[in-house]
Parts: sequence; C-alpha cells; structure tokens
Amino acid sequence: MKNRWLFSLQLGFTLLVCAFLIVPVILSILAGLTVNYLVGIESGLTLRWVYAVWDGYRDTIFLSIGLSLACLVVTLLIGIPTAYVLAKRQSGLTRAIEELLVMPVAVPGLATALALIVTYGSLSGFRTSWAFILVGHVLFTLPFMVRSVLAVLMAIDLKTLEEGAASLGAGFIDRFRDIVLPNCRTGILAGSLMVVTLSMGEFNMTWLLHTPFNKTLPVGLADAYASLRLEIGSAYTLVFFLMIVPLLLALQAFAQPRQTKFVAEDDHHD
Amino acid sequence: MTEPKNMIPGKPLSIALENCAKTFADGTRALEPLNLSINAGETIVFLGPSGCGKTTTLRIIAGLEEPDAGGRVLFDGEDITSLPIEKRNVGMVFQSYALFPNMSVAENIGYGLKIRGESSAGLRTRVGEMLGMMRIEKLADRRIDQLSGGQRQRVALARALAVRPRALLLDEPLTALDAKLRDTLRLEIDTLLRRLNITAIYVTHDQAEAMALGDRIVVMEHGRVAQIGNPRDIYQKPATRFVAEFIGTMNRLNGAVRNGVFTCRAGDMPWAAAPADVSEVLFRPEDIRVTDSAEASGLRGTVAAAFYLGDRTRLFVEVGETQPLVVESTARRDFAHGETVGLQIDPRGLLVL
Repeated sequence: MKNRWLFSLQLGFTLLVCAFLIVPVILSILAGLTVNYLVGIESGLTLRWVYAVWDGYRDTIFLSIGLSLACLVVTLLIGIPTAYVLAKRQSGLTRAIEELLVMPVAVPGLATALALIVTYGSLSGFRTSWAFILVGHVLFTLPFMVRSVLAVLMAIDLKTLEEGAASLGAGFIDRFRDIVLPNCRTGILAGSLMVVTLSMGEFNMTWLLHTPFNKTLPVGLADAYASLRLEIGSAYTLVFFLMIVPLLLALQAFAQPRQTKFVAEDDHHD
Repeated sequence: MTEPKNMIPGKPLSIALENCAKTFADGTRALEPLNLSINAGETIVFLGPSGCGKTTTLRIIAGLEEPDAGGRVLFDGEDITSLPIEKRNVGMVFQSYALFPNMSVAENIGYGLKIRGESSAGLRTRVGEMLGMMRIEKLADRRIDQLSGGQRQRVALARALAVRPRALLLDEPLTALDAKLRDTLRLEIDTLLRRLNITAIYVTHDQAEAMALGDRIVVMEHGRVAQIGNPRDIYQKPATRFVAEFIGTMNRLNGAVRNGVFTCRAGDMPWAAAPADVSEVLFRPEDIRVTDSAEASGLRGTVAAAFYLGDRTRLFVEVGETQPLVVESTARRDFAHGETVGLQIDPRGLLVL
C-alpha cells in the first residue's frame, strides 16, 4: 500500500498549501463582516462595515470600473491592430516591437509612474485628471491584449484565410471584419478580461499617479487599511473580491480550448 | 454529382502572361520571365518539384503576387496586372483549403456572394446548387472543424465556384489527402472541369495528377518552363532530361552506335534508326521486355530485385550501369534474385536527349 501512502502525503501537502493561501482570504472576508474583530466572530456578524465602505469609498469603485472600461476600449483600439500588424509582418523589427511592448510589465510600476510624472506632470489639467491614470494603465495592460490576440492570430493560418476571402471578392475592410476579428475572438475575449482585471487591481503605478480626488479602488483600500478600522479595510477587500472574482472565473472559462465534438472520417467509397 | 448546367455561364476566359518574372524582396528569383497563353476553357497544369516557380506563376495569375516590372497579365486581352485578386473574379482552391473556421459550410460557400451583395434568396439558391453539385447537402450546417479532409476539399471547390468565377485556380488541392481519396477526387475534379467548360489552372508536384487532368502540362524547373505540351508529348517526347526523369520512370544505358547496332555493357542491340553520336539512350520500363535468357541474342542482365505487384512484376535488372534498369513484366512466372534474363527494347521507345 505504498502508493496509497504517497497519495495521502501528496494530498495532505496540497491541502496544506491551499489552506495557507485561502485561510487569510477567508479571515479577511470574515473580518469585514464581524462586529468587532478584536473580540472575534462571537461579537456577531454585520453588514455595517460594508455600508461604511459604500458611503466613504463609493467614488473609488465607480472610478475603478470606469477606468478599467476606458482602459479596455483603448487597448482594444490599439492592441488589435497592433497584433494584426505583428502577425502579418514577421521580421526582426516586429519582434523587437513585441519585446518592447512588454517593457512596462517588466519595469517596476513606480518607475513608469515617475517617468510619466516627470514628463507630463507640468500639464496640470492632464496631471489631475483620471486620464493621467488611464495612460499608466494602458501602458501596463496593452501587452496583455496584444499578446493574447497575437497568440491566436499566429495559431491560425491568417495569411491564407485572408487570401481565401480576397479570392472571393472581399476587400480589406470586409476581410478584417468577417475573417480576422471573428477568428481571433477568443484572444480578444481573454485579453479583454485580463485588461479589465489588471486595471481594476493595479496599485503600484496608480499610487503615484492618483490625486486626492482621483482615488481608485486599490488606492482607497490602502487608504482605508492605513487610516481606518481594520473591519472597514476588510469589508473593502470583500467588495473588491465581489467585483474581481466573476471576472477571473470568466477568464478561466474563456481560456479553455473549444472542444470539437467529432471529426468526420473520409468516405472512400463515393 | 448533379448536372452543373449553367453553373458557370458565359464564355470561358483566355489568359496570357507576358514577360512575367518574379523576384522576391530577399533577392530570390522565383520565376524567370515567362510568356504563356492559356486558351479559353482549357485545363492547364503547372508541374514541377517544390521551388520550381509553379505556385508563384499561379499566384501571379490570381493577383496574389505582382510580376516584376515589365510583366503583364492579360484576361481576354485586357491588361489586369495591377488589379488585386478581389477584383479579378477568379475562384481559388488552396492547398490548406483556407475555409473560414468562424463560418458554417453553407456560410463559407455563400461568402463570396454575400460580399457581392447578392439577395438572401439568390444566395440560398446558389448555395443549394453548389451543395448539390458537390453532393454535400448534408454538411450545410456543419462547422469546418467537423469535416474530413475530403469534405473540406469539396467545400473549398463549391465555395470557389459559387461566385461564377471567370477561371478556377487550384494550388495543390489534393496534396493534403491520402492516396486513395486523391484518386477519387482527381476523377471528380476532372469530370467537374470538363462539364463546366471553365478555364482551369492547376498546380501540382504529382505527375500522375498532371497527366490525368491536364489538357496541357507546363513542366517547370528552377523558375523556368522546361516543356509545354499535352500529356502524351510530355511523356513520350520529353524535351529535356529533367522532364524525362521527372515524369514517370526512365531507364538509361550508356553506349555507342556502330553500323546500326547499339553496344553497351549489357550487350548489343540492333537500332537501324539510330542518330549519330549517341552516347546514352533513355527508355521507359514499358518499352523493355524480358525474354528467355537462352534465346536472347541481345541484351542481358541479372535480376537484382523483383516485386510482385499482382498485375505485373516490377524488376530491377543489373546491367553494369550505375542504376539498374526498371522493367515491368507481365509474364506469369517467378523471378529469382541473381537470375540472368534477356532483355529486348522496342526501338520506338528509345530517346536521345
């Protein structure tokens, strides 16, 4: 029964790791719903802290939603054509561009944010508007959109598909609308969910780019933990979870490859 | 296949290539200047090994490549060199079929008509006709990834023909299929092209396909035309050694002619009509016959290998040349390895190149 032992050992270890990761999440959620965290769960459950978050930080939630959607629109408009060009023209130059696009992900967000402030900080109207944060978010999320669309475009024989459409009379716009976009739909969906999720949770850069009137949810969260009761911060985390978990689940669902039901066999007798 | 009457109405197209060369951006010369007239309604096959320029030629005719400066492509005498493929109204079948995975079979077939703004009733009728012609009515609502290779091929043909193209261009359409299916579809394509009376340009590296389908075959090598002719000419009167060896199997004997007798390592053979200065003759396996070694006065060799194929035996006979001779024998007998056999060559089949 050596195998059984080994299996039990592995299962135990896996559960331990899961617990290590999940228990803090559960505790944090519970803390947001507990009347008094110091007393513990015996003090009773309440939605009071959630209401307090809603009262105090409603604006940050709306700003984060608006910002992530704006970020999505911009990355779609820039990212899809970029991925298309990169897929169509494979050369040393396009590969270099592909690598450069990833730079804002590799470079610490603080450095990118500082660079933006140094360069555009003097444009006070821009500096204080949410568009300034948007620029940072687009820089950070664009590679994720480009990469996921590009991966799909590289996996299909785009050139021949387009040639096929052209041979049937389709001009560039027809081809882009009828062939390119529908066939990279999965990449666009995966990229979109990624962009929204990342933009929603981005803290590093936003911490430097925001102003007191332009706080996003994660910035507000840091603020709440730093200056208010732990219960309010925890309730805030709960709100964030409620917003982000459905997105993550959708991301998982779309990341799964489409199942083919069956492929017909060739009939040799006709 | 239902009768494709009026499937492609109108007069077939004649195509001319004038001085069409192609040099790619990296400097590779894919095609040397080519002049070629393709008659209305004929099926012309471009045949050659990979890299010979056959696909480039097809793509120039299609409008997917532009010839180098100075080259012209004419459709019915009209210069359409600068017209992109979407304005040329040619049907094209790709080696990988290029079927759109985001559309059903019926949507694929109807796509060209939709682009042309055909009414939905007209579109439905035409798609129905095409599905019927290719006998794939049952597949209309399938997704492309649910189709077999042979089914995809039929959909690709139906899609290319649905728009009533002026010419049909086929780029190695059967290469991706297995041998048996290739034979079936080759016959289907042949029947289809003849019934439709459409100008068709077919690219292949498979000589059997070329022989079966082509009214004329253009054999290409290194971006040049090696020979143009009907299948019989190409096979029986190859213009160059490359053509002779690329099409079918060719035997070779080195030797010399003196007083109407060809002498080689395998022996002597009378050859009254021999041209002067012969140092090498070529001939096909079917022009050589195995005789009884005892009675043979002419050539002889030893059997190096014998493959019984049912209807005939394919023999490899060692005659002291670098390559053994390939001989097809229909004799109802066994051949032993190392056995000495007599050989008789039909002088009409002898070629000097």
